Amino acid sequence: MSLETNNTTPDQLLTEEPLIQGNHDFSSVSDSISRISESRTPWGWWIIFLAALSITGVLHIMIALLVWNGIGTWGVMNPVGWGWAIVNFVFWIGIGHAGTLISAILFLFRQKWRTSINRFAEAMTIFAVICAGLFPGIHVGRPWAAYWMFPLPNQMDVWPNFRSPLLWDVFAVSTYFTVSLIFWYMGMIPDIATLRDRAKNKIRQVAYGLFSLGWRGSNRHWRNYEYAYLLLAGLSTPLVLSVHSIVSFDFAVSNLPGWHTTIFPPYFVAGAIFSGFAMVNTLIIPARQWFGLKDFVTLRHIDNMNKIILVTGTIVGYAYATEFFIAWYSGEAYETFAFINRATGPYAWAYWIMVTCNVISPQLFWFAKIRRSIVMTFIIAIFVNIGMWFERFVIVVSSLANDFMPSSWDYYSPTFVDVLTFVGSFGLFLTLFLLFIRFLPILAISEIKGVLPQADPHHGHDLNEQGKG
Amino acid sequence: MDVNHVGDHHGEHGGHDHQKADRESQLWKEPVHQGHEGADQYSESPQWGMVFDLSACSGCNACMVACQAENNIPVVGKRQVANAREMSWIRIDRYFSGTPDELEADPAGFEDNVGMSVQPINCQQCETAPCEQVCPVAATTHSPDGLNEMTYNRCIGTRYCLNNCPYKVRRFNFYNYHAKEEDLKLGPLEQPHTDVENLYDGGNPDLVAMAANPDVTVRSRGIMEKCTYCVQRITRGRQIAKSEERPVADGEVLTACQQVCPAQAISFGDITDQESEVSMMKSKEEDYTLLDHLRTRPRTSFLPKMRNQNRELV
Repeated sequence: MSLETNNTTPDQLLTEEPLIQGNHDFSSVSDSISRISESRTPWGWWIIFLAALSITGVLHIMIALLVWNGIGTWGVMNPVGWGWAIVNFVFWIGIGHAGTLISAILFLFRQKWRTSINRFAEAMTIFAVICAGLFPGIHVGRPWAAYWMFPLPNQMDVWPNFRSPLLWDVFAVSTYFTVSLIFWYMGMIPDIATLRDRAKNKIRQVAYGLFSLGWRGSNRHWRNYEYAYLLLAGLSTPLVLSVHSIVSFDFAVSNLPGWHTTIFPPYFVAGAIFSGFAMVNTLIIPARQWFGLKDFVTLRHIDNMNKIILVTGTIVGYAYATEFFIAWYSGEAYETFAFINRATGPYAWAYWIMVTCNVISPQLFWFAKIRRSIVMTFIIAIFVNIGMWFERFVIVVSSLANDFMPSSWDYYSPTFVDVLTFVGSFGLFLTLFLLFIRFLPILAISEIKGVLPQADPHHGHDLNEQGKG
Repeated sequence: MDVNHVGDHHGEHGGHDHQKADRESQLWKEPVHQGHEGADQYSESPQWGMVFDLSACSGCNACMVACQAENNIPVVGKRQVANAREMSWIRIDRYFSGTPDELEADPAGFEDNVGMSVQPINCQQCETAPCEQVCPVAATTHSPDGLNEMTYNRCIGTRYCLNNCPYKVRRFNFYNYHAKEEDLKLGPLEQPHTDVENLYDGGNPDLVAMAANPDVTVRSRGIMEKCTYCVQRITRGRQIAKSEERPVADGEVLTACQQVCPAQAISFGDITDQESEVSMMKSKEEDYTLLDHLRTRPRTSFLPKMRNQNRELV
């Protein structure tokens, strides 16, 4: 592509809104990010951490009550065999999608703006998948036997049932977690080494020294690192699409009206990315405020993420409409009923909360002003989080509560154990996140240096002259 | 060449067109499902099946009670029943018939005059059971004699089978309904048994043991259960027949619900035996299976309720 045919001159390319603001150089980047974990623990951190830890405690109490008394402590009953636990599982798994999308897919597409948010989003992914993984384990009737879902050799030669989507889930989620964890950790090694080199006390030196795996930043190290990163990005990319597809099979493979739908895999993946980006916004907006990261996580980043939220939110809205159309077009009485019942039946309140939050609220992002407004972004992100939880609630509960046989229909409501378990999972998520903020480099230091103007080989040259020459 | 012989694609002329026409005619043909057509699909006998004659059923609930006693089904108390956690393996569904016009014309009398039909529903013992496919640990599987079996020991209680059962006949042990009451207390939780006298609580251990049918497993908390077609009775019948070196005779195995039905509305037996009562009932033209379009191919079928009412007298 010659410069004449392209209207963008190199000049314009360099003068477009920079990814990193505030005239940073290499050492000031290391400084501002490492400082977060090196400075004295702020009292605000302690307050939030203790609150989050207490909520995690509530989670443990709720699990103890559940394991001691039985699944009856939850609201699940006869037609509705899956309640909040599975809703929460799908909700958390969905949130865990943005991280790998940002780190893998955006990496392969050379979206350089990802560098400021990828570490953050990957950490969010890991913690969200931990929260998600909790629920399938505790939601079974006999949690002490949940490990039978793994294909472990045993004296009876009994294998799990490979036709069951729940088993596919076990493989999909555990693979996703493993690969995301390795990707996250591997990407962090150069930065951990930076923290090691800056460490002032023995404990930090030894701990970061261990985890940086002897990183010295040599040419060979970087070469291997870049290759490994590329390979892992390639490995993770199909996983972003496969995990939520397989989670959606839990529903799509069954024969229930409202679940038995071929649109589920793409619709779930879009929804997952939608909710994941909303959660990244929810977390990164306060974080950039409190830790002075506004130079690194700029309005341009938030603008870009909001654009993704707009796109995926529109896909999700389109999927809702398609579901309705197909329900009518199929002429299948049960299918038609399931969808009319969603919008007008006993769970209509949940359905309309979902539509308002997921379809209407992200449409505001058509306006650049709203995309670049921190307050509006945060509010809409919260809306999307709420909406995506309700989407799963609507799918799981409303389909089960009113299915084929009217004699079995009933209305599901959660108990306080259901509610506090969900609240508690947020406690666990926040606790892990606060520990991450305190002890690990929360932005990818080395990658940010790579997108500074100084890192450009042409930096300091008069590009206008060169371009013309 | 015989033009009706559509299977022959190698005719001297128009073979290709034949093939196409053949494929097109196949497309709109209702696929034949093995097992629908008769006994010769089955490689083994007996194959168990059941028919409810709804014209005979009066909805007296005797089958529910008999099933409860036979199969050690716990009494869960009214609070759990109100919470839709009843454990009955067979239930009686009610259908009311009347039109909105009738309701409008006589709102007060409508309730007394509305038509009601009842339908007992147990596990339909589907041949292509949706519950079996989704269980991650293969705790519910098919037996050679066509029963959809629950392996209690293997069940971990994901409740996926319950969700995927279109008839909603599966029952989950939300609590340890057979446990002593004091074992069920932790925290400020609703007690499952507070309104039932607990049979197993205290008392002479021998008496307690005699309260349960020794042929049937007492299920613990957190596992799924459902109608077994009284598999313990089937097994006993088969054992006796085997020791006497003869096949199981028709009517030799009675399910608990069938045994107590005062209207004899329930037939049960071997569907591969053309002479058996159940086969005769199933061979009637009006015999139907529930939600047939789902292709679950249930072993339980129904004869519809037939009424010949004089509208002027009703």
